[in-house]
Formats: sequence, C-alpha cells, structure tokens
Amino acid sequence: MQYFLFRRTIGFVLTLLAVSVIVFAVMNVLPGDPALTILGLDSTEDARAALRRELGLDAPVASRYLEWMSGAVHGEFGQSYAWSAPVGELIAERLPLTLSLALSGMLFTLLLGLVMGVLAAADHRRFGDWGVMFISQLGIALPAFWLSILLVLLFAVKLRWLPPGGFPGWDEPLAAIRSLVLPTIALGLVQSAVLARVTRSAALEIMRQDFVRTARAAGLGRSRVLWRHVLPNALVPIVTIIGMQFAALVTGTIIIENVFYLPGLGRLTFQAIANRDLFTVQALVMMFTAIVIAGNFIVDVAYLLIDPRLKGRMR
Amino acid sequence: MSRRFALVLPANAAIGGFLLAVVLCAALLSLVWTPYPYAAMDIGGKFQAMSGEHWLGTDQYGRDVLSQLMAGAASSMAVAFIAVGLGGLVGVALGMVAASAGGVTDDAIMRLGDLGFAFPALLFAIMLAAVFGPSLGVAIVAIAFINVPVFARVARAAAIQVWTRDFVLAARAAGVGSFGISVQHVLPNIAAPLIVQATIEFAVAILAEAALSYLGLGAQPPLPSWGRMLSEAQTLLYLAPQLAIYPGLCIVVTVLGFGMLGDGLRDMTDPRLSKERAA
Repeated sequence: MQYFLFRRTIGFVLTLLAVSVIVFAVMNVLPGDPALTILGLDSTEDARAALRRELGLDAPVASRYLEWMSGAVHGEFGQSYAWSAPVGELIAERLPLTLSLALSGMLFTLLLGLVMGVLAAADHRRFGDWGVMFISQLGIALPAFWLSILLVLLFAVKLRWLPPGGFPGWDEPLAAIRSLVLPTIALGLVQSAVLARVTRSAALEIMRQDFVRTARAAGLGRSRVLWRHVLPNALVPIVTIIGMQFAALVTGTIIIENVFYLPGLGRLTFQAIANRDLFTVQALVMMFTAIVIAGNFIVDVAYLLIDPRLKGRMR
Repeated sequence: MSRRFALVLPANAAIGGFLLAVVLCAALLSLVWTPYPYAAMDIGGKFQAMSGEHWLGTDQYGRDVLSQLMAGAASSMAVAFIAVGLGGLVGVALGMVAASAGGVTDDAIMRLGDLGFAFPALLFAIMLAAVFGPSLGVAIVAIAFINVPVFARVARAAAIQVWTRDFVLAARAAGVGSFGISVQHVLPNIAAPLIVQATIEFAVAILAEAALSYLGLGAQPPLPSWGRMLSEAQTLLYLAPQLAIYPGLCIVVTVLGFGMLGDGLRDMTDPRLSKERAA
C-alpha cells in the first residue's frame, strides 16, 4: 500500500510538471508577441523591445521556464503587469473565496446527488425514479450560467430574498454566506443531477446482491439497509465520478464568479485577460489545473479508505 | 442488430431527433431568411412585448429577438460541427494510429491523451484568448482540442477489436499495409461508436460555445450568439427579464436534443447497454 501511495504521488508530481510545460508553451512559445498583446498594434518596435526586456522575455525559453517553475514552487509568480503587485499576492487574496465556493458547491452536490440517487434506486421504476431521472436529464442540459440568471431572476429580482451578486467580504459572515447561497446552488445543481444518475445505477447494482436480501430477511429496516449497506458498497463508482465532478466544480467557479460578480480567482482571470496581463493568466491557469489534479490525486487515495479490499491488490 | 436498427427507433432518439430538426430548420432558414435583419436596430421600438410584428418582441436596441435567436442557432450549430469535426478528425486518426502501431507509439499517444483530459476546455480557451485575444476561432480551437483525446480513446478501443478479426488478417495476408487496412477495413467498422460519441460531443460543444460566448471569449459582436445574448440580457434583468429566457431555452432544447439522440443511438447500436440501463 505504501508503494501504491508512493507511485501515485510520483504520478501526481509528473502530471503537474507536464501540465506546467504545456501551459508555459501555449503562453510563451506559440506565435504571438506578449509585448504586442500588451501594448497594442499601434506601439513602436522600440517600446515593445523595452517591454520585452523589462518582462525578461529576451531570455531563452528554457531558462524562463525554469525561473517560472522555481518561483512557482515558492509561491511566487512574478509581478503583475496590470495591478503592479506580485501575482502571488493577488491569488492569495482571492483563493479563499474560490475555495469556499468550490467546497460548498461540492457539499451541495454530494447531499442532493446521493440522496436523490439512492431514493430513485429505492423507488425503482416508479414515480420517484422517473421524476429523478427526468430532472437529472434536464439538469445535464442546463448551462450553469443560465441557471444562475434564472435563480437571480426568481430569488433576487422577484422575491428579493437574496442578493443578485457581489460579495461583502468575510467581515460580515452572515451577509457573506447569504451572497454565496445562489452561486452554490447554481454550481452544484447540475453536478448533483449527474451524481444522482451514477448513484442510482451503482445502488441498483448492489441492491441485486445476496447480502442485501439477507439483511432485509434478517429484519433490518428498508432505509437502514439502503443507507448503511447499499450506499457504502456502491461508493467506488460514485467516488470516481466525484473526482471528475470536483474538476468540473473548480472550473465552474470561473463562470459562476463572473455571473455573480464574486471577487475570486475566476473573476481575476477575466480581469487579467481584459488587461492583457499574460503572467497573471498563466499563473491562474496553472493554479486551476493544479487544484484539479490535486483533487484527482485525493480521489485516488480515497479509494483505499472506502474499499479496504483494494489495499492488498494495489501494489 | 440490423433488425433493431430498422424497426425500433427508441423514444428518446425520436424526441431528440425532433428537437434537433426544429433547431436545424431554424438555423438553415436563418441563412436565407429571418423576419428582420438580426442586427437591424430600431431604438424607438426597444423592449417591445410579443406581438404579431415581433413574435418574441425586441431587445434594448429594438432588434428583433426571434431573428437573433435564428441566426444564433446557425452560429452555434456551425461552431459545434466545425469544432467536433476538427477534434474528431485528429482524435480518430491518432486513435487508429495507436491501435495499429501498438507498443510505444500506442502508449505515447494515450498518455498524451490523459494529459489532454486534465485540461478543461475553459482553461485552454482562457490561455488562447490571453495570447491571441478573444475570438470565435479561439473558441472553436479550444472545443476541438478537448475533443481530440475523447475521440482518440473511443477510436482506439473500437479499432483494437477490429484488428483481431479474420478479415483484417486476410487483408494483411493479401499484402495490404497498415494504412490501407485502417482506412478500408477498420474505419467503416468503428463508425457506429464514433457517430454515437460525436452526437454526445455536439451537446457538449453547444454548451461550451454558449459558455465561452457568455464570458466574452467566443463570438464577438455583431455575430449573433445565444451565449452573448444572455450576458447582455443579464444586465437588464429588472427591465426586461423575458430577454434572459429565450436564448437559454434554445440552448437547453438543442443540448437536450443531441443528448437524447446520442443516448438513443447508443441503445440502438449496443443492445447490451440498453438492457443494463433498463434493468
């Protein structure tokens, strides 16, 4: 098992390295002059050359990559051109909001998706099952940003229960949580539809097995069997999909933050694009990908916890 | 399989096909005719409600909403077809090379594919938009890019099975090279799963294009786009909430259409799967 953990960790680091090469290559080697992008078409060649020197773009690509990576390991991503501040600081200020949003979205997804999926399986081929399947089919086709707009329309414009967007800061915890309610639902609802489908089919698979019948025959109640015996045994495929959903949720925050004007990493990304701040974009893309890859790594390790049988096999 | 194919069209495929037919007809019609030119402004006639003249009313510049939706259908469909087509072409080629070559080439291609999976389309589009500036071309390339590993995987998995069949052995004995066998024998035999995958990927592409255009990374004005219509409507929610409804409905109907058609086609071409689903 230690060998398994060791191998996965190596794989995790290698994937991060490979992705960093891709990100760096796309942003630096592809035809296109960052100085031209920043200064615009009407800039003079002299001004562009001066900026390239200032940004360190006149050094060879390989040494620039090494410098970027060694900085990144220490949490330093260079100086932002647009904000005149260290990119690392910009990210550190906004990371808590993005992580809170991603985690609350994940929690919402898990609660709703697992409950709907298990209930659909329990009500197999009856009304509840069809209802869940229909809603989840619809949920998969629903763009998250349109769902957000509809939520704002209902809960902020018509009912005036919740704010339509913006974030007051953590100094006002209650207002902060209120402003994250709609973004969390918008982020998690579509994913919970996907999770409900997977949970349903995984639970149906387990419900057919003998030990479930034995448990029922031994006099255990329906819901106890469902939640204590069926769900834990259906977890392997469910955890697989949760890993993929974590990635979707993290990139989903980019869209949701822009819909609700939340000052997190996603909003920063678009401000950086609008300001042609290439270094900031590069750092942010790397950051998002790293979070996604880290999520997958955690899921890999989680298999060991949910299925002790794998411990012997995974070597 | 062929009997099922001929006799029974699953309900979801039929419904999906119908939804898509409606959207496709609107898209094709918009190429030759829309009720009004989609970009024609009429400031005096802004925010009109539904009427005989403007079936779905007008927007903040007095532009006819129905005309914009029709033109938006055309551009959404075009982006999806081009992006999935491009990504599919490259992906299928890579997958078939991996299947026919095997060994190190196979490993190298598929590990690269794994890396591609680690990259969400949105992040790729963001990088390209930062380097080249946002445009519809950037959106198309980004959506095509995420399709490459998907098609490579499906093509490789299906092609590997075909390579073990007797008629491939016969062709090889007859002196046909790997390339010839791939094109003449493997490709026709892996077409069914590829078409099913493509249908599902169209749904993904429509969603991705809408999201990118909404964020300003896709279609640029004056090119019509459902995603951009929504981002414009969002600033007018208190004034004209109806403008935020129609484009979203169009996206959902189209995505649902491709999704249901894809599910139905998969059930038809793979009866084993459909039995599992029904169980």
